[in-house]
Amino acid sequence: MRSYYDDRIVALSARLVTPFIQLFALYVVFHGHYSPGGGFQGGAMLAASFLLIRLSIGTAAAQSQFQRSWGTPVSSIGALVFLGAGLIVMFFGFNFLDYAGLPLGLSDPELRNAGILAIELGVAVTVAATLTAIYDDLVGEPLGPLAGGLDEPTVVAEADQVEGPEWDVEFGNG
Amino acid sequence: MAEFWDGGYAYYATALLLVIGLYAILVKRNLVKKLIGLNIVQAAIILMWVASATRPDATVPVLDTHGEQGKQVVDATDYLNPLPHTLMLTAIVVGVATTGVAFALLISIYRRYGTLDEAELLEQMRGEPQ
Amino acid sequence: MRHLTLIVLIAFAGLLFYGIGHVPDRGALDSPPNAAESAVGSPNAAAYYVENAYLDAETPNMVTVTLADYRSFDTLGETVVVFTAGMACALVLRRSRR
Repeated sequence: MRSYYDDRIVALSARLVTPFIQLFALYVVFHGHYSPGGGFQGGAMLAASFLLIRLSIGTAAAQSQFQRSWGTPVSSIGALVFLGAGLIVMFFGFNFLDYAGLPLGLSDPELRNAGILAIELGVAVTVAATLTAIYDDLVGEPLGPLAGGLDEPTVVAEADQVEGPEWDVEFGNG
Repeated sequence: MAEFWDGGYAYYATALLLVIGLYAILVKRNLVKKLIGLNIVQAAIILMWVASATRPDATVPVLDTHGEQGKQVVDATDYLNPLPHTLMLTAIVVGVATTGVAFALLISIYRRYGTLDEAELLEQMRGEPQ
Repeated sequence: MRHLTLIVLIAFAGLLFYGIGHVPDRGALDSPPNAAESAVGSPNAAAYYVENAYLDAETPNMVTVTLADYRSFDTLGETVVVFTAGMACALVLRRSRR
């Protein structure tokens, strides 16, 4: 029986495009200082790259990219990075989330630059993991054995049982 | 004619979008359509806020540090108002999270009652022994 | 019931359009969001953020500085909201097998 995710053209296109989407998402996160962008936008694009693989190849084959069980722990790690950046400065006598207290040895404006980058990374990780986790929870548990994928191509029907058009070209089967 | 494009046509358009979204929430019977109406209302409000953050002959609130030296004196009227953009970034992300939770609730409603129609849901909920 | 709903919607639309006519023009330089000083004489928040963003944080993008430095507490709250939405979906939809 043919699995839902056996279309090779869709799978190939999605796998070809996804690294560029992820690279562009990282670009948007890191260039939030110099152009419109930042954590939320880059995190949403990163989640879009994960969801593209899930929609085109199937959740089973997408486990090698971002597993189902990673959704909520990774998003909590992002929120903890944000909170950590705010709490570390309190040990040095500054206010909560006042980045001038980071122990890096730079001048004050450069410390704030570094602090903004750190929390934007945390926010991007949280948003990407949460959107992927919401999608995984909406889809639910996979039914039955996780069939399909790219390693086992299945044959729809035998070649002599299908009536093709009159200009039928002889292909190899399978 | 230039006053028309600079003026308040944006507010009228977003108010119309708001009323369309409210119509979807109040009149449609399917729960998913009500949820889409909620998203339309949110989009209208965000558009209204972002449309209000403009100034005549102003540019995007990103400083150009490649031309002259970095720390030149900045005139606040050369740049757009950055505060509504900041607040609406928060609003967009909160809207996405709310939509995700609403879909989760719709799925569990469907699992429990077997229907997503408002009238049938009310009948089944009234008919249950409390 | 449906007619009452439509009448309420049309009345609400009329109220909105009436209110829009009394709002300051888009981008007027003397409206409260765009003024240089607030009504009590303190510097306006948006003008202060635009003028001091590069001096305080060495970052050209003023929206990011406002979001992540001047108003970072709101961003922290929003990150927690996103995480809570993910947790709410997990709690509602994941069925553990006893």
